[in-house]
Amino acid sequence: MKAFADLYHRLDSSTSNNAKLTALVDYFRLAGDADAAWAVYFLGGGRPRQLVPTKLLRELAIQTSQLPPWLFEECYQAVGDLAETLSLLLPESEYESAAGLASWVEDNLLPLRGAPPGDMLARLLLLLQQLDRRSQLVCIKLITGSFRVGVSKLLVTRALAEIADIDPKRVAQRLVGYTDIAARPTAASFQRLIAGGSNTEADEGDIGQPYPFFLAHPLQIPVEEFAPRLGSPRDWQIEWKWDGIRAQLVKRKGQLWIWSRGEELVTDRFPELAALASHIPDGTVIDGEIVGWKAGALQSFATLQQRIGRKTLNARLLEQAPVALLAYDLLEWQGEDWRPRPQYLRRVQLEQLVLQCAQPQMQVSALLEGEDWQHLERQRSLSRSLGVEGMMLKGQQAQYGVGRTKDVGVWWKWKVDPYTVDAVLVYAQRGHGRRASLYTDFTFAVWDAPIDVAGRKLVTFAKAYSGLTDEEMRKVDAIVRRTTVETFGPVRTVAPTMVFELGFEGIALSARHKSGIAVRFPRMLRWRQDKPPAEADTLETLRALLSQAKTPSTTESNHSVSTS
Amino acid sequence: MDLVVPRPEGLYCPPGGFYIDPWRAVERAVITHGHSDHARNGCGHYLAAAPSAPILSQRLGTDISLGTLKYGEVVSHHGVTLSLHPAGHVLGSAQVRLEYRGEVWVVSGDYKLEHDGTCAPFEPIPCHVFITESTFGLPIYRWSPQAELLADINAWWLKNAGEGRTSVLFCYAFGKAQRILHGLEPAIGPILTHGAVESLNQIYRNAGVLLPSTQHVRHLTDTSQLGRSIVIAPPSAQGTPWLKRFGNYADGFASGWMLVRGARRRRGVDRGFVLSDHADWPGLQNAIAGTGAARVLVTHGQVHVMVRWLRERGLDADALATEYGEEESESGAGAADDGLPPVDSAGPK
Repeated sequence: MKAFADLYHRLDSSTSNNAKLTALVDYFRLAGDADAAWAVYFLGGGRPRQLVPTKLLRELAIQTSQLPPWLFEECYQAVGDLAETLSLLLPESEYESAAGLASWVEDNLLPLRGAPPGDMLARLLLLLQQLDRRSQLVCIKLITGSFRVGVSKLLVTRALAEIADIDPKRVAQRLVGYTDIAARPTAASFQRLIAGGSNTEADEGDIGQPYPFFLAHPLQIPVEEFAPRLGSPRDWQIEWKWDGIRAQLVKRKGQLWIWSRGEELVTDRFPELAALASHIPDGTVIDGEIVGWKAGALQSFATLQQRIGRKTLNARLLEQAPVALLAYDLLEWQGEDWRPRPQYLRRVQLEQLVLQCAQPQMQVSALLEGEDWQHLERQRSLSRSLGVEGMMLKGQQAQYGVGRTKDVGVWWKWKVDPYTVDAVLVYAQRGHGRRASLYTDFTFAVWDAPIDVAGRKLVTFAKAYSGLTDEEMRKVDAIVRRTTVETFGPVRTVAPTMVFELGFEGIALSARHKSGIAVRFPRMLRWRQDKPPAEADTLETLRALLSQAKTPSTTESNHSVSTS
Repeated sequence: MDLVVPRPEGLYCPPGGFYIDPWRAVERAVITHGHSDHARNGCGHYLAAAPSAPILSQRLGTDISLGTLKYGEVVSHHGVTLSLHPAGHVLGSAQVRLEYRGEVWVVSGDYKLEHDGTCAPFEPIPCHVFITESTFGLPIYRWSPQAELLADINAWWLKNAGEGRTSVLFCYAFGKAQRILHGLEPAIGPILTHGAVESLNQIYRNAGVLLPSTQHVRHLTDTSQLGRSIVIAPPSAQGTPWLKRFGNYADGFASGWMLVRGARRRRGVDRGFVLSDHADWPGLQNAIAGTGAARVLVTHGQVHVMVRWLRERGLDADALATEYGEEESESGAGAADDGLPPVDSAGPK
């Protein structure tokens, strides 16, 4: 545990990626395989199912620090991280544990799950007393599962590739699914990650293994610059940017697996896609988007949402909210890795495959054409009414890269501009992580009537915390503190003095906020210091956006996005 | 009778007719220490502890009307007996003891309990009413001993020097910087300073505080030793072109706020050293208990937390609204006592 806690400390004590990489390599070289296996799991973002209820951790903190609960709450609000708060309040310990990470996780922490609360508390206390302060923090972070220390999966991949002396792309592929919630890393799984040689058994080991997803970069230049920067539209494979769940469909040795972009195995959630197993030949991997799809037409994201997060599916739901895979890439064909082949060739084979498959729940993501970029931009302006997020541009000659790389080809996402509304900040709470102890989590409101109506009120419609610079965050925090009119628990009601331009991607009716309207992915685009609160937008503005944003199913007759 | 009451100009002593650390210009001001949120321009007459004099002259001008007292020396003004006692915060910092008709009040200004070797150590003064700061008034704030923290800083410097990288350490120019300099190990390499730090070093040296030899970065001609050097600079220098000359440097920040990871990450430095010139939570509790005061008034910092905590311990505690700590902003050019904001004002409860 000590060695892993020291690694955590080294990673946390530097802002340089190279220093972090060195720290990781040093650790992996010295650690036993079983310890390293768990280290990769946690650093890669893995988190076991809840081991100890949060409530119990709070109790532990209150008991050991002998503080009144309200004071513990104040501390937590100032620190913004439960594990860190706890470690700061625990009494200094004189002990160190020589037992490794794997032993700590497997022998000490995992068995805690499901123990009776009283028992759990006593055991946890005994465990923490065996650890020095640094290890205490890390240990509690393993329990709470918020193990973020500024290390990307890519960095872990590079470190593993370095000690194994193999191509990072191979490591990346082996890592897919490694942090799945059901996964249990072992010494053997670590050895598989770093096995050398060509086409080793390690690569054969997991036959359902997908490829790392190739990710798109945002295209944020004016359309006039497209031609000089990107050339002709003919050099690009252009599609809609679907608003669904990115997924890979893997078919090998008679079996089919569906992986989400979050590297989660979701085969069971989509039985209609699992049924494709008998129609797709072995040795095939398809990349595409799972969307709501009914009677040959795209459904709104809200429809798809009914399917997400549902553990059990009943016949009624499957009928109400069916899905389809809009296929847009072919990564493996006849057992061969097709990623190095150019995009247009992969596309030709993909179209043939989907045609031969002839199943309505698998469609090809339609190609879009335009005489020039301006023409395409006009088509893109229909995105909202079509229920898509804009367009994707994929280089015709591009290979399929790994993650956000650009070295072998590039994918651009050309998204529609977000909806924008000028809203008033009305409530503030302290943030977490980088924003700890600063008032940075806000609730926003618009006026319920035009400016000339006496007694009009502010009605809330969105919460947002991202989009401000550090400098702005500090300024807004200071104003929140100065203009607080009321506090209720951790929430401050502030006098309406600050206006922000909020951007968001979708808008729908909802009972969640007072306005009766909720928005998707709201964030602050700009602090409108030039605008007095009285001139902020009204509910009428939101309602107008709502009526513009028709659901795709109601507009299908005008702009069919089906390809069948 | 209350010996200290809040007025729009600052904390006022009605029987004495003077202010303590006023935030607006007044006729007579008693100054606890030279940080800019406590010592402000424009007052008719200033009174401070003797070691504070060169600092106030440098910051407020040599033409101010300034009287000084030795620590413990007693003066009487309109029947109020006044004396200044070490607060252990920075050079010249003082607690103000007021006595009137048998009642004793102590205004602590900013203080810390640990003796840091660069200023007179804090002395507990028995009193009826104690006015305390609360900058770090949460139980999470517990400081390690200074010797340990300075050893950490030296170890960090040594490691960087071994890699040929300059170490740039940001800290408040007055007090914190000299405290760090006092504990640096000169054998590791050259010690360079920003101008804001160097001018205060002279004052400390004149006061007899032992500081290693330092060199103003501006006067640096031989750059061959730059990779082994440590640079002591104020927080306002972070992110400025001034730093370009040090190439691929490692940076750190020394402040009590660095205890919390979120604050450290916001700072965007490699290392945070949890070194503060303010009392930690146990320090605040010990200081309050040490005075024997039954009534405690809490100023700048975690005001409502401290008030509630003290009340639950049976003390007569209240908030006292001030404008101290206002300039402890992260951006604070030149100001920023501890360099950072989470300063919770009294606010509504």
